[in-house]
Amino acid sequence: MTSPRDAKTAAAKTAPAPAADPRDELPEHLASLRAFALSLTREDASADDLVQDTLVKAWTNIDKFEPGTNLKAWLFTILRNAFYSERRKHRREVQDSGGVHAAALVEKPAHDARLAFGEFTRAFSELSPEHREVLVLVGAEGFSYEEAAKMMGVARGTVKSRANRARARLAELMGLDAGEDVLADAGGATLAVISGSAIQAA
Amino acid sequence: MRVKMSKEPERSNLRRQIDENLKRAYEKELERDVPDRFRQLLEELRQKEATK
Repeated sequence: MTSPRDAKTAAAKTAPAPAADPRDELPEHLASLRAFALSLTREDASADDLVQDTLVKAWTNIDKFEPGTNLKAWLFTILRNAFYSERRKHRREVQDSGGVHAAALVEKPAHDARLAFGEFTRAFSELSPEHREVLVLVGAEGFSYEEAAKMMGVARGTVKSRANRARARLAELMGLDAGEDVLADAGGATLAVISGSAIQAA
Repeated sequence: MRVKMSKEPERSNLRRQIDENLKRAYEKELERDVPDRFRQLLEELRQKEATK
């Protein structure tokens, strides 16, 4: 994909225009950036501010991007770093409201053998940002533990254990025991279990 | 909550279902329209640089 801009830039600067400018690919990642931002902030306005901040940072620091590496991972890294540094600034506020929030978490939903999707998203919102982050990166976006570790600035093993703790916490918030096999979302699955009970060992 | 090692098959099933729901929730977010302000911002950044 070439644009008139490439030619202009080449003429304006002495350096010969190399391959494609990675900044041309930024629009392709807007939806992902926004979804990731929203998973961290859980709120539209601050998610959009975070995306805006990320785009400006990416644009002005594009020389730090290593061509040939994963641009999306690089953008996600900028975004999550911006999120956590902003959050550190407001740490006291967060801690103050923490008590109220924690109290709300104790209240468990009525136990239901089937997982309602709304229930899932509600429980997801109650996770810590660190848990939401790791689940989105490795669970939803499909980044490898290795990639996620780099993005999060932690060891690979930390990503793995954090992801497992996040899943366990999610199950707990939905009122499920991690050992319970009750997440089937349709009657069909339950029926299969029942009809298979005759030959089932457990 | 105690996770027993003997519950390995159930745990992986739970994990699979959690990940499926995660993907579903995330897909929904991805499908949302991206506000114009981001494309406009990129355009502004581009123009600013062109006039440098």
